[in-house]
Amino acid sequence: MPLDRNQLARLAARELRDGFYVNLGIGIPTLVANHVPPGMTVWLQSENGLLGMGPFPTDAEVDADLINAGKQTVTGVSGHSFFSSSDSFGMIRGGHIDLAILGAMEVSQEGDLANWMIPGKMIKGMGGAMDLVAGVRRRVVVMEHCNKKGEPKILPRCTLPLTGLRCIDLVITDLCVLEMDDSRRRFVLKERAPGVSTEEIREKTAAEIVIPGDVPEAIVD
Amino acid sequence: MIDKVHPSATSALEGLLESGMSIAVGGFGLCGIPEQLIIALRDSGVRDLTVFSNNAGVDDWGLGLLLQTRQIRKMVSSYVGENAEFERQFMAGELEVEFNPQGTLAERMRAGGAGIAAFYVRTGVGTAVAEGKPTAEFDGETYVLERGIRADLAMVKAWKADRAGNLIYRKTARNFNPPAATCGRVCVAEVEEIVPTGSLDPDSIHTPGIFVDRIVATRSEKRIEQRTITPG
Repeated sequence: MPLDRNQLARLAARELRDGFYVNLGIGIPTLVANHVPPGMTVWLQSENGLLGMGPFPTDAEVDADLINAGKQTVTGVSGHSFFSSSDSFGMIRGGHIDLAILGAMEVSQEGDLANWMIPGKMIKGMGGAMDLVAGVRRRVVVMEHCNKKGEPKILPRCTLPLTGLRCIDLVITDLCVLEMDDSRRRFVLKERAPGVSTEEIREKTAAEIVIPGDVPEAIVD
Repeated sequence: MIDKVHPSATSALEGLLESGMSIAVGGFGLCGIPEQLIIALRDSGVRDLTVFSNNAGVDDWGLGLLLQTRQIRKMVSSYVGENAEFERQFMAGELEVEFNPQGTLAERMRAGGAGIAAFYVRTGVGTAVAEGKPTAEFDGETYVLERGIRADLAMVKAWKADRAGNLIYRKTARNFNPPAATCGRVCVAEVEEIVPTGSLDPDSIHTPGIFVDRIVATRSEKRIEQRTITPG
């Protein structure tokens, strides 16, 4: 069974560590905030200038001056701070953020990422994605394994304009978990979604990947 | 002493505007934008503007107002997703757009304001952003050279100012405003409240008055782009 959005977020939440500073992208990555293990402190960074992002506000708490990078109204947790965009990207570019979890349109077998532009269609811009993949210590992609047409998104090389070169450490999809092996410069299949076979994963992955003899099923409850 | 305080947004921009000029504008989405200065800029009728701003507003607010009237020739932005008129003009080739990574845009403003002509970043290496730009190796990694921005005018939004032009921003409405304020040859700040000089805590000032030439207090609407709430 392919994993649903919340299960994907739960798998991604395994990458969190106590005290981590983390930037979450828009979409499924945002859901990771709902799966922080009890007792663990994680500081969520929002690149528009907030460290210590909290949940959405109640109607009475809504403040036009307090939004996240998706322009949604949010709150701050105890100990949150505000800063300028230049300071914010100093944190990001300067390697001070431990983990970024992002969405993707395509990932290449060498870990290149494309997630900002489809030529000929509406071009919205890269926002902070290029800075995040260039500067954050660990870069994790969470996405559907195939696009809406059922075509593989993990490719020998990206066909869309790149966000970053050789920048992705881990890919979590509805079918599997792939980890970059730096010495081989290929992703290694680490886990399968429950009930999904290695054959299905191989068939739906255009990229060259390393498939070990025995690949365990991911435990998601 | 020169009085930095102006009675209206129109007055605060008087004598500063001309067609073809470049303007750095603070704000992220609709948060922390100098909304009344943008309206006064529209009403001035100047055209062929180059605008440095992270976003381009929405169709009927913020910089979107200047797109409606076709006063902007070129936008330098990181993300412009919420604006149908922008999309139309861009796809029709009527509007020039230069996409900058968000952090690169912020640092270009900061650098320009600090007298730094150019700087090296890893952001964008190997992507379209780095095409045609010099690269260099430092400690075994490739960096791309990006230019500082000096704009003819900076327009920013702050929460409080004193009459000396010291600014304090509020929450995430700070965003691009501090770097934008420094990179204009002239900086005009729209604020919610002007307090007597000396009444702001000097330790809490975000933008010192040296960077701010004119101030105007306005009643800002502060529109919300995505009102997202938790029931309860």
